[in-house]
Amino acid sequence: MRQRVQIPMPVRYLINGVLIVLLFLLGQVLISTGVLSSYYQKILLQVGVYIIAAVSLNVATGYLGQLPLGHAGFMAVGGYTAGIFMKNFPIKGMPAFVLAILLAGIVAGIFGIIIGIPALRLKGDYLAIITLGFGEIIRVILLNIDTVLGFKFTGGAAGLMGIPKYTSFPIVFICVAVTCLAIHTMMKSRHGRAILSIRENEIAAESCGINTFYYKTMAFVASAFFAGVAGALFASYLGLLVPSDFGFMKSIEILVMVVLGGMGSMLGSVLAAAVLTIVPFALQSISQTVADYRMVIYSVLLIIVMIFKPSGLLGTYDFSFTRILEKLINRVGIHDGVAKKGEKSR
Amino acid sequence: MSKMVPVPTHSYLPERDVDKVPILEARHLGIDFGGLTAVDSLDLTIGRTEIAGLIGPNGAGKTTVFNLLTKVYQPTRGTILLDAKDTAGMNTVQVNHAGIARTFQNIRLFKDLTVLENVLIGLHNSMNVNLMESVFRLPRYWKQEKEAKEKALELLSIFQMQDLAKYEAGALPYGAQRRLEIVRALGTNPKLLLLDEPAAGMNPSETASLMENIQKIRDSFHIAIMLIEHDMNLVMGICEGIAVLNYGKIIAKGTPEEIQANPAVIEAYLGKKKEG
Repeated sequence: MRQRVQIPMPVRYLINGVLIVLLFLLGQVLISTGVLSSYYQKILLQVGVYIIAAVSLNVATGYLGQLPLGHAGFMAVGGYTAGIFMKNFPIKGMPAFVLAILLAGIVAGIFGIIIGIPALRLKGDYLAIITLGFGEIIRVILLNIDTVLGFKFTGGAAGLMGIPKYTSFPIVFICVAVTCLAIHTMMKSRHGRAILSIRENEIAAESCGINTFYYKTMAFVASAFFAGVAGALFASYLGLLVPSDFGFMKSIEILVMVVLGGMGSMLGSVLAAAVLTIVPFALQSISQTVADYRMVIYSVLLIIVMIFKPSGLLGTYDFSFTRILEKLINRVGIHDGVAKKGEKSR
Repeated sequence: MSKMVPVPTHSYLPERDVDKVPILEARHLGIDFGGLTAVDSLDLTIGRTEIAGLIGPNGAGKTTVFNLLTKVYQPTRGTILLDAKDTAGMNTVQVNHAGIARTFQNIRLFKDLTVLENVLIGLHNSMNVNLMESVFRLPRYWKQEKEAKEKALELLSIFQMQDLAKYEAGALPYGAQRRLEIVRALGTNPKLLLLDEPAAGMNPSETASLMENIQKIRDSFHIAIMLIEHDMNLVMGICEGIAVLNYGKIIAKGTPEEIQANPAVIEAYLGKKKEG
């Protein structure tokens, strides 16, 4: 076997860092030169929010292998937390928004623990049902808490109005990058491997000494945390939150993104979230009647994917630019005849 | 079954283990599934560095015994002492932490993960970086990941599998999957290794090298190994003490020679000779 070139770790991080910065600059240039009109910018922000939502749901669905149906509930918790916080916090501006995003994640994470501890003792359909119930309970509480308990809190059915609008391309981009990076580094560690082992075979994981309940909860909470972040961005993007935004269909929409992209593939979630967020706008530009059949198109799409590629479009494939680079270098190495023979690759 | 041959009260221990605390002592162990008694009044002693065999006809309850020892099932009756410590109230995870690792009759690998990742999951508890250290890639993360990887490759090299590290576990041939399960179990740093039909599906030459390796593992890790196996060459070849299970009860214990000559064992396997 020939000597294979491996890019050392620091260089890998450098390459990825440069790529992220380039992507960011590209977005900034497109916006500042006016190539992307404010209409497209808005779509771009929504894409970012849904990428975070889908990537975070992928932790619970793709990596942990459970089927939670209440992801919109966590988004709602995050969104309302951020909204209420920003409205009442004395300091305004960007620092308050960053704090609000963190707080939204933390509160959603706490809800993740509260829901996760009973729910994760159940398996399969039962977990789906209990999380579905949770999502609906959150929505109903947000809808009624003001009228029933006399708070001036969520705005009830009229919605929480006047949330400062800070969501902009840079902050969404940074949140998407941080979310993807954090989930990636978590999954490529002993914690991530423990989470994957539960998906693969729970009994074997237990007999390897892995505290499955602890790691299930960890994955579930991580999933909820980033859903809360997505909710916060969503709140400050719209400036107005209505409980009906976070209904059952929203959870399903996010789930469709994850399943379509391939459960367990981060790139799949990102691409599917982007495509499925853009599609409705594209349909709308064709005609309103077509756009009304959005959910029908989703379901047909899902059925087709389930028939021809049940593991989702990308399966569990994950994109790594440096890996592709390594392959290219190694291939070029063969053509140049520099490949050393007789050495084993490790 | 007509006449029961009396079971020896003291099971066989290899000489080097006689004066030491046995690694495992099961007393009057039993489990009922509804009205069915699957295992009953099981007494078992395994020496600290013994290779023990558990044999018996199909459906005798051998795997159930493993499931009892590893607390996949909670025993209805009896006690299990692991290294003189009672395991009552422990679950599968805690029993693993206390020192029992196992393989499975129907292979339970993490099929979509690589061979290396499978072993690293076995090594999970030998690492202690916390979540934040992992997410932010702090120095301790790199250090432990590197050490764990080296350790995993070292364990894989017992079976000359280090070159397979990057392959998907599910893509390995059957025999290699069985060996990988043993490596993964060893990763959890056990004191007692339970092997459920380690040679199933292996050809004679693979079985021969497996026998060597089981002994090598015992000698280099200084652990006890108990195995369930139908391949009598393997059992008689490497086991120092053998227990024979039939209908959930131990019908004989002893050295391979004693077991081979035991009329109750022959009856359980071959049936009773017709009188007259």
